[in-house]
Amino acid sequence: MTARAAIEATGLTKSFGSDRVLDDVDVAVPAGCILALLGPNGAGKTTMVRILATLARPDAGRARVAGYDVVSQRKEVRRRISLTGQDVALDGLQSGAENLTMIGRLGGMSGRAARSRARELLGQFDLLDAAGRRVATYSGGMRRRLDLAAGLVGRPEVIFLDEPTTGLDPYSRQTMWGVVTQLAVAGATILLTTQYLDEADQLADRVAVIAGGRIIAHGTPGELKRRTAGPRLEINLIDGPEFDAAFAHLGGRVLHVDRSKLTIDVATDGGATEVRSLLDEIDPRRTRIDGFTVRSPSLDDVFMAITGHSATELEAADV
Amino acid sequence: MYELTAPATSCSVDTTFNHHVGVWADARTMTARSLRLSLRSVDGLITALAVPIMLMLMFIYLFGGVIHTGVHYVDYVVPGVLLVCAGFGVGTTAVSVAQDLTTGIIDRFRSMDVRGEVLITGHVVASMARNVVSMTLIFAVAFAIGFRSGASLAEWLGAVGILALFILALTWLAAAIGIMANSSEAANGMTFLFIFLAYPSSAFVPIHTMPSWLRGFAEFQPFTPVINTIRDFLDETPVGASAWHAVAWSIGIIAASILVAGFLYRRRTR
Repeated sequence: MTARAAIEATGLTKSFGSDRVLDDVDVAVPAGCILALLGPNGAGKTTMVRILATLARPDAGRARVAGYDVVSQRKEVRRRISLTGQDVALDGLQSGAENLTMIGRLGGMSGRAARSRARELLGQFDLLDAAGRRVATYSGGMRRRLDLAAGLVGRPEVIFLDEPTTGLDPYSRQTMWGVVTQLAVAGATILLTTQYLDEADQLADRVAVIAGGRIIAHGTPGELKRRTAGPRLEINLIDGPEFDAAFAHLGGRVLHVDRSKLTIDVATDGGATEVRSLLDEIDPRRTRIDGFTVRSPSLDDVFMAITGHSATELEAADV
Repeated sequence: MYELTAPATSCSVDTTFNHHVGVWADARTMTARSLRLSLRSVDGLITALAVPIMLMLMFIYLFGGVIHTGVHYVDYVVPGVLLVCAGFGVGTTAVSVAQDLTTGIIDRFRSMDVRGEVLITGHVVASMARNVVSMTLIFAVAFAIGFRSGASLAEWLGAVGILALFILALTWLAAAIGIMANSSEAANGMTFLFIFLAYPSSAFVPIHTMPSWLRGFAEFQPFTPVINTIRDFLDETPVGASAWHAVAWSIGIIAASILVAGFLYRRRTR
């Protein structure tokens, strides 16, 4: 079954002055899917979203969103998308209900329809109690929720979320994740950008890893994780000398070490037999190992495997 | 090309926006928004309500005693106070336009296909409404402290018409400044320039009392013909060529501001 691509871009390139922020990027998202564009600050995520949402023009390349060209048919595209950016795009001096009603009116709804849609969304986003209060009095998490709600007033086919949870507290982040998942279940196509590896892992059907304006890896979260050769056993040694001895003993089997935390990662199949024999091999007298964890590789590990750098190193290199 | 052979859930969402509402409905919505924001902005309210009263009282009771214009000073100064207050008032427009353009809301409006002209029109209409209130307040205070005019209805309409046209011109200029500014603070600062322009004019003191180097500037800058025309209408003096100068200045400023605003808006939102 071939799904119609709701977002389809080929060869997108964009420079600001001599700074090439997007370099020949291809991307395709089938209708109803969630794609996470994962990368550090300055990787080109926001530029990508702004081009797809018709707010910036590519220097080269083409993109179609909801079946229309983002440059020559931007009006058609705009009718079918919503963009929730990093800045909260609401009037602080209007109430939550007034903001949403205004958006509905601008979308061509009657006053009545706009008001009832506003109430519906306020309920869905757990904001009914604050509906009549000015947005300036909302907490950060409430504002972000309302901002996302504002993007949904017109039931867009394609939803762009530019770092939807940056700066949110854990509770608001969870709420936001729940909402995004619901939207996808309802059939919307979502492209979200994120710097959080666990967020991409949690939400996306597909992940595209972007750095320096290029997509350097893509696939399902599972596929990306498999690149790092399965689960790993993280062993916690009791002190420095024991850490050094274990490190020397394991040699080439070590995947990752952190001397400050006295941890060593080695590959494992995750099964009890193998883990037990590994522990016995390293610590036959049962005095060296303080604790251990068997864990799946995180997307941070993936970043490391693809680029040889951690996400934070890439970010620092970019500045 | 990277292919996504994905969990292809079928996607069929009804888009409830019909978007064929057109420019007028959008303009109404944006105007309602700007008016509501005006009513709730403490800064804006102080500028629209308190500044006019304070300026009027200040000029009469603080400076009025030493300024000799040949007529009752309150009768002389009303047009000047009107225009200085209009200058302060349109500062609010520059700030609100700059705020819209420097926060994420401009992207939301643009991604909803709201046209720039429509957004700015909302601000312009709100500015005119705020100024109606301010100007009415100034006249009320003026009457209360002794301003009198024997002007006919036609002369009153002439005065109000010239005033409204010039405020419209200042508002468009402020909107253009708001688009040009990189922040609302910068926008605020820039509008002070043309508030200040009201002082070296015939607003508060007769031009012949100024040093000669200033006189040439004072006579040929836009505030002077506007103030003279309003003053002539209100004290029943025959209105001369200054009325045409005032109209020409106003229309010129409006046309130039709209052109510049359009150009800057397109450049900023490219």
